[in-house]
Amino acid sequence: MRGSEIRNSEQELHQFQARVGVAGVAVLVAFGLLAARFLWLQVLQHDVYRAKAEDNRISIVPVTPNRGLIVDRNGVVVARNYSGYTLEIFPRRVRNLERTIDELTEYVDITTRDRVRFRKLLQETRNAENLPIKNRLSDEEVAKFAANRFRFEGVEIKARLFRQYPFGDVGSHALGYLGRINTQDQTKLEDDGVGANYRGTDYIGKAGIEATYEAELHGTTGFEQVEIDAAGRGIRTLSRTASQPGNNVTLTLDMRLQQVAEIAFGERRGALVAIDPASGGILALVSKPGFDPNLFVDGIDPTYWAELNGSIDKPLNNRAISGLYPPGSTIKPYLALAALETGKRTTRATIFDPGYFDFGGRRFRDDKKGGHGTVDMYKSIVESCDTYYYHLANDLGIDAIARFLGPFGFGSRSGIDLAGEFTGVLPSPEWKQKRFKRPADQKWFPGETISIGIGQGYHSYTPLQLAQAMAMLASAGHIYKARLVAHIDHPRNGERREMPAEVLHTVTLKRDNVEFIKRAMAGVNKEGTGARAFAGVTYAVGGKTGTAQVIAMKQGEKYEEAKVAERHRDHSLFIAFAPLESPRIALAVIVENGGFGARAAAPLARTVLDYFMLGKVPAGMEQPTPEDDAASDEEIESD
Amino acid sequence: MELARLPIRRIGLRLAEGIDSTLLVLMLALSMLGFLALFSASYDTPSRVVSQAVNLAVALAAMWLVAQVPPQTMMRFAVPAYLIGLAFLVAVALFGDVVNGARRWLHVGVTRFQPSEMMKLALPLMLAWYFHKHETSLKLRNFGVAAMLLIIPLGLIARQPDLGTAALVGAAGFYVIFFAGLSWKVLGTLTGLGLAALPVAWGFLHSYQRKRVLTLLDPTTDPLGAGYHINGTQAHLEFIPERHTDFIFAVFSEEFGLVGNLVLVALYMLLIARGLVIAANAATVFARLLAGAISLMFFTYAFVNMGMVSGILPVVGVPLPFLSYGGTALLTLFIGAGILMSVHRYRKLVQT
Repeated sequence: MRGSEIRNSEQELHQFQARVGVAGVAVLVAFGLLAARFLWLQVLQHDVYRAKAEDNRISIVPVTPNRGLIVDRNGVVVARNYSGYTLEIFPRRVRNLERTIDELTEYVDITTRDRVRFRKLLQETRNAENLPIKNRLSDEEVAKFAANRFRFEGVEIKARLFRQYPFGDVGSHALGYLGRINTQDQTKLEDDGVGANYRGTDYIGKAGIEATYEAELHGTTGFEQVEIDAAGRGIRTLSRTASQPGNNVTLTLDMRLQQVAEIAFGERRGALVAIDPASGGILALVSKPGFDPNLFVDGIDPTYWAELNGSIDKPLNNRAISGLYPPGSTIKPYLALAALETGKRTTRATIFDPGYFDFGGRRFRDDKKGGHGTVDMYKSIVESCDTYYYHLANDLGIDAIARFLGPFGFGSRSGIDLAGEFTGVLPSPEWKQKRFKRPADQKWFPGETISIGIGQGYHSYTPLQLAQAMAMLASAGHIYKARLVAHIDHPRNGERREMPAEVLHTVTLKRDNVEFIKRAMAGVNKEGTGARAFAGVTYAVGGKTGTAQVIAMKQGEKYEEAKVAERHRDHSLFIAFAPLESPRIALAVIVENGGFGARAAAPLARTVLDYFMLGKVPAGMEQPTPEDDAASDEEIESD
Repeated sequence: MELARLPIRRIGLRLAEGIDSTLLVLMLALSMLGFLALFSASYDTPSRVVSQAVNLAVALAAMWLVAQVPPQTMMRFAVPAYLIGLAFLVAVALFGDVVNGARRWLHVGVTRFQPSEMMKLALPLMLAWYFHKHETSLKLRNFGVAAMLLIIPLGLIARQPDLGTAALVGAAGFYVIFFAGLSWKVLGTLTGLGLAALPVAWGFLHSYQRKRVLTLLDPTTDPLGAGYHINGTQAHLEFIPERHTDFIFAVFSEEFGLVGNLVLVALYMLLIARGLVIAANAATVFARLLAGAISLMFFTYAFVNMGMVSGILPVVGVPLPFLSYGGTALLTLFIGAGILMSVHRYRKLVQT
């Protein structure tokens, strides 16, 4: 028994030692595997990992350039930059966004609005590295957060440049605004091959001059090689290629004039375009109501955005270039000139106006009951006699009218350096044939020509076109491509590039004919429909009133019933130029639903011209200065 | 002079008594390498080096004490240690502190510790004792009981959740059962069953655990996230979390390169080999099972940690033996070494 026990025990020991042997072999194999792995990683794959490690360690950090300034023709700054601190979240590095934001409120005042805006940004820009949760931190907030930075992985304070428009909503449609680069913008930038230059840039011009001259204003992004830790925080800079600030853009716009015009509009809707006939530069481009471009800078608050978009006043529409209106009686001087140039009328030829014009079994009425009596060309313009132009249009014929009005820019684009310009309609049989599908609609009826004579019917032009035509008439012969920018300057070496004045249309007109029409238009303000508005005027000014019927509302617009009546009222128009000899300004004003041209638009034009010609500042505008002119910052070093 | 020197020598001899110099030299060599790496990893917090030195001193003292205890005496501690360990594990599940998202720590007076760490030694102790008791009449039923003794603490640790420690404790228990002579047939069957159960186990994993495993299979899915160890390592620039503890090997590799790694592996192999030799020459079943399990435990620690850092195993929280910063792990390892020394010292005693 004992012997077997010993044998058993010996057998057991033997078995144990065998298993120890097995274990030893297993250990050898396992460590052999490890050693092979080390050899692979540290020797054979050395170069691969070395490169990866360098990537890990060195990061190329873009240095955002300072955006160029925008100044008006007198050097008044209308768009500038200021530096501020933003609190930015790197969504991919944050585990629980909501909780992190909650915790941040302990140190930084984050409003519900900030949160809503952040969420919207997050949705819109999916692959953004970092998004601001709060802009313009106070010094105290910066200090508080900096002291607790270690608690917030993926949250950083950044010094950023913000765009600021010191004049607020004045000139908003011309200046436009900056907005965050969205996926669409990004795609476009990549397609244009400038994606790399926008690394580190969050904002891009979305509308107006900011959008058109984006390439000039942006500048060239610099780069820094920075050693970073795993959290992506920079430890030290290894090398630096400085950024090149964007070019400064000087406008043809006179910001004070713009301000005068906008104040003159008050709460009324409409547009005004003023042009320097000698150069084609736009002096003022008003579209009311406007908006405050500063509100777009932080990423616009969704409720305000909905308000702007949903408003029946369409404040985001640039009425000056995309609002289409019938010219009404403002077309009359051009038709009179057409008749003179084609020899269909002399200045002395008269008609008798009984207050109506019968044509094709239809009666076209004059505004004045009982008619204007005996009317010659001068009187037809001064008193705005409709019957004279019913006759005239009939005698000229639609083809001759279209042929003559075309070179004045009616119904063709002015080529202005803003996006979204509309073409409008210069009516003609060819236009009608193209416009309509059904053969029955395509035919031009002689009766349609009659209303063309008083600026109704199919006519529809932008206020810019009306102003351009006015400039053409005033300067007797040519109009330039419309433009808002006079020259572009390099911020460092001061190198200047003038924007060329390109002639858009030239017509040869008889000097006497033009002089006659200009005299008649001066008569309008002296003894005619504009006399009341221009009572006591001390400079020579020509003008023409216009009233455009609002026949039907545009499709898809739902008006509140109470407002329908107001919005059915006629549009009030006025075109003017001053002085008579070598005019320095030509303008067109439209006040939507303003009634007779003489009532709303003409006084408005008077205010603007009084400022331009005499420097007379209207009541309600004490001193036309932007809110704070103090901190104009030419150069800000950003990182 | 002679008289004055004599007591010191005698004290020295007494102190050296029962201390296996081979083991000690190997462990100290490893610890020194650990200090070098730690010094590099702690460029910003030098106090860690000092505190690790204190940890080492405490661990050495504990080793010396344990080395003085004969295996027969240790056997008496087996059952109480196991039961106390279990009780602590239950306590952790009920009142433990949550650190880094897992409930592993237990407050005891001024300090806190991880009871699961204690199980790393208590479990093999218990199993070795159990097999020793049933030495003469080992049946399959005994292996069943042993498996139960293994699974209970294992389950408690796994649900903390602490996959790394569970794996280590499970491995330690398995080694005892393996050395006790579980037949190859049963081993083969169990391995088959285990592989079959993998998909089921997958369902019990936390999402972060799954992510770590998936990242191992395809590291490119998450280059700087869950698979933080697989891409280019930049220990100094905070690319690696826990660079003092579980990921110290990354620091070590960066500092000492391939040669350093091979030296490290060689040191571990020598340590394990010495342990296995001690086990093979042990006097009793208890002693040899315990010594074998502890030796292989060193292996498991080293292999799992280096395998994880070099990207052939998923990320689990296993420290690198003798190198990682941390008192508890160091204490466990040195106590383990003390047990080995004790087994070696009492190898010649006839079994009673």
